Amino acid sequence: MRATCWHGKRDMRVDDVPEPKILNPRDAIVKITSTAICGSDLHLYNGFIPTLKKGDILGHEFMGEVVDVGRDVHNLTVGDRVVVPFPIACGACLACEAKMYSLCENSNPNAWLAEKMMGHSPAGVFGYSHMMGGFAGGQAEYARVPFADVGPLKVPDGMPDEQVLFLSDILPTGYMAAEMCDIKPGDTVAVWGCGPVGQFAIASAKMLGAAQIIAIDRFSERLTMAVAKAGATDSINYSEQDVLEALKDLTGGVGPDACIDAVGSEAHAHGAIYAYDRFKQALMLESDRPIALRQAIMACRNGGTVSVIGVYGGFIDKFPMGSFMNRSLTMRTGQCHVHRYMKPLLERIQKGDIDPSFVITHRMKLDDVADGYAMFCDKEDDCVKIVLTP
Amino acid sequence: MEVTEQVSRARTYPGPWRDPQRRGTRRDRVQQHSNGMDAAAIARGLGWFSITLGLAELLAPRFVSRFVGGRGNNTALIRLYGVREIVSGMMIFGQGKNPSTALWSRVAGDAIDIATLATAAASPGVRRGALAFATANVLGVTALDVYCARELSRDDRAPADGTIRMARSVVINRPPETLYQFWHDFENFPRFMYHLKSVRATGARTSHWVANGPAGANIEWDAEITADTPNELIAWRSLDDADVPNSGIVEFRRRPGNRGTIVRVEVEYKPPAGKLGAIVAKLFNESPEQQIYDDLHRMKQVIETGDVVRSDGSTAGMGSIRQDAARPQLTNGGVR
Repeated sequence: MRATCWHGKRDMRVDDVPEPKILNPRDAIVKITSTAICGSDLHLYNGFIPTLKKGDILGHEFMGEVVDVGRDVHNLTVGDRVVVPFPIACGACLACEAKMYSLCENSNPNAWLAEKMMGHSPAGVFGYSHMMGGFAGGQAEYARVPFADVGPLKVPDGMPDEQVLFLSDILPTGYMAAEMCDIKPGDTVAVWGCGPVGQFAIASAKMLGAAQIIAIDRFSERLTMAVAKAGATDSINYSEQDVLEALKDLTGGVGPDACIDAVGSEAHAHGAIYAYDRFKQALMLESDRPIALRQAIMACRNGGTVSVIGVYGGFIDKFPMGSFMNRSLTMRTGQCHVHRYMKPLLERIQKGDIDPSFVITHRMKLDDVADGYAMFCDKEDDCVKIVLTP
Repeated sequence: MEVTEQVSRARTYPGPWRDPQRRGTRRDRVQQHSNGMDAAAIARGLGWFSITLGLAELLAPRFVSRFVGGRGNNTALIRLYGVREIVSGMMIFGQGKNPSTALWSRVAGDAIDIATLATAAASPGVRRGALAFATANVLGVTALDVYCARELSRDDRAPADGTIRMARSVVINRPPETLYQFWHDFENFPRFMYHLKSVRATGARTSHWVANGPAGANIEWDAEITADTPNELIAWRSLDDADVPNSGIVEFRRRPGNRGTIVRVEVEYKPPAGKLGAIVAKLFNESPEQQIYDDLHRMKQVIETGDVVRSDGSTAGMGSIRQDAARPQLTNGGVR
């Protein structure tokens, strides 16, 4: 089969590889009908996530048709149409019982590797380095899905792929970012980063009752989408405005009740701070550039919440702990516990509360995936989200 | 009332060895081994010495140069050495009770000092007497540094006779009764302990074990249960003619609040080629700690999910040292 393989920094190729087989009795094999490139795949593409190996298949947002099931999978049958959540979860450990699916204690066979980096290991993830399990990803024709009796969500035939594909990651991820803000009627929420997750965080904040939603980015087309499609009430282009001053002005000086960092480790900025973080990163003195996170903390109102959904990989520098501690802020974080949100969000899509396909700007064939990565990474052609079909 | 009970139950972490005979912190061991010379106390003295000497080198490099027989030049170099001394000194205090790394850094610094003094001896205009006195002093301090560094680097897990000990825990989402029963059936073990080939019960308290040894050879032994408290613990030891004499204990402790059971294993064994065998095993990245960690986590997977979890990169599951690329492999043995 054809599959998207990582061969090095900014070097993606479509290789011919063997088709997956059932390895565990609770596996299923899915013939992929739609898949996507995630913003977090760009961290792999740019070589910021350690423990990738040449030839690894990437991709963790995918859906398709079940073509084979292991002997212990009783909820799926061949021919079912399913969306697959990106974290792999066993459904039986204490973390899964607590619905913290992205922290499954059993699904990462390389947990010891992740423990060396992070102290404890999160769940295994499709196509996201060996530290995260060494699972083949879904930017391919077929994928093996472990714990197929727990993860995949069956979707009704009438709904097109593009409406339900993002239940695999970015829609629940954006939703969890907003949910972590514990939004009360009348709240103001600011969102750093208007990529697909930021767009869905904005849309979710609106669904959860936020009164004012402020979108922050440097690309005017993303800000336009945030206001016109996702439901932001204000936008700040940080290329033109000082973010902290603008947020004060928009909130009467108190700051947003909640701040969402939907940027993560490869933040951009202008001026000295950006140069500082690029320099430290180049010298391997910090692994991540926490520019958005620092701003989110400084901007948040006293006693407010900072919700971190953008992906970080390692260590950061100049964390404003004084601001964080003295002003009674709360930080909530996590890789999305996708399994928790798939069904309720499918219902919201069916009811018409949200049509997630608004983020799609490009549709490509799997064979052109290398161009897709380059375009998405460099934000060419106003690219926000690419959907691939085999 | 509740508070008092909590306080009476609270205790200081005793280190990994629950058996009082094995128990002891590194510092205790250093004191036992050194006939009253307390390496940790000497290390603290060396720390203050480092900082004092470093400050002198940093603030009065000319004086230091003349004191060791030089001509008062090379002040930049001496200042640099001063910074090095201060860093070493601070590291000694920064590393708490076991500053062995800092002491090894001091030993490296001593080597640089000796080399510098030797170079100086060859240059004109030095006062040989003062230089010899300084060199003797540095050699004395070096001896102390080496002594302390070696004492403090002694590894608890590797006593002099080559016995290897380890302790690891895992939490499993099952009651102690279930886990005790699972563990009692030794014949289950090869499913998740990859180094075992087979285990066969030979009597009510005895069993025969076959493990994969080095270079394809089998290692075999008979074991007997030495303690057995239902739902709480099982202890065992190998019988006299074992290839690899070993013993161990597993305890099952219910976590408060219905949060599964802590399974804690303590194992002790004497590898075939003594210490060398362990070093070789480590070279091949199969440290005993890693093995028992992998075994326990595979056991957790088998009990909680029904099977060892495999990925395309780790087709053997938890503990695969060799990582294939994360893509389907032609050689994968599928199951159904």
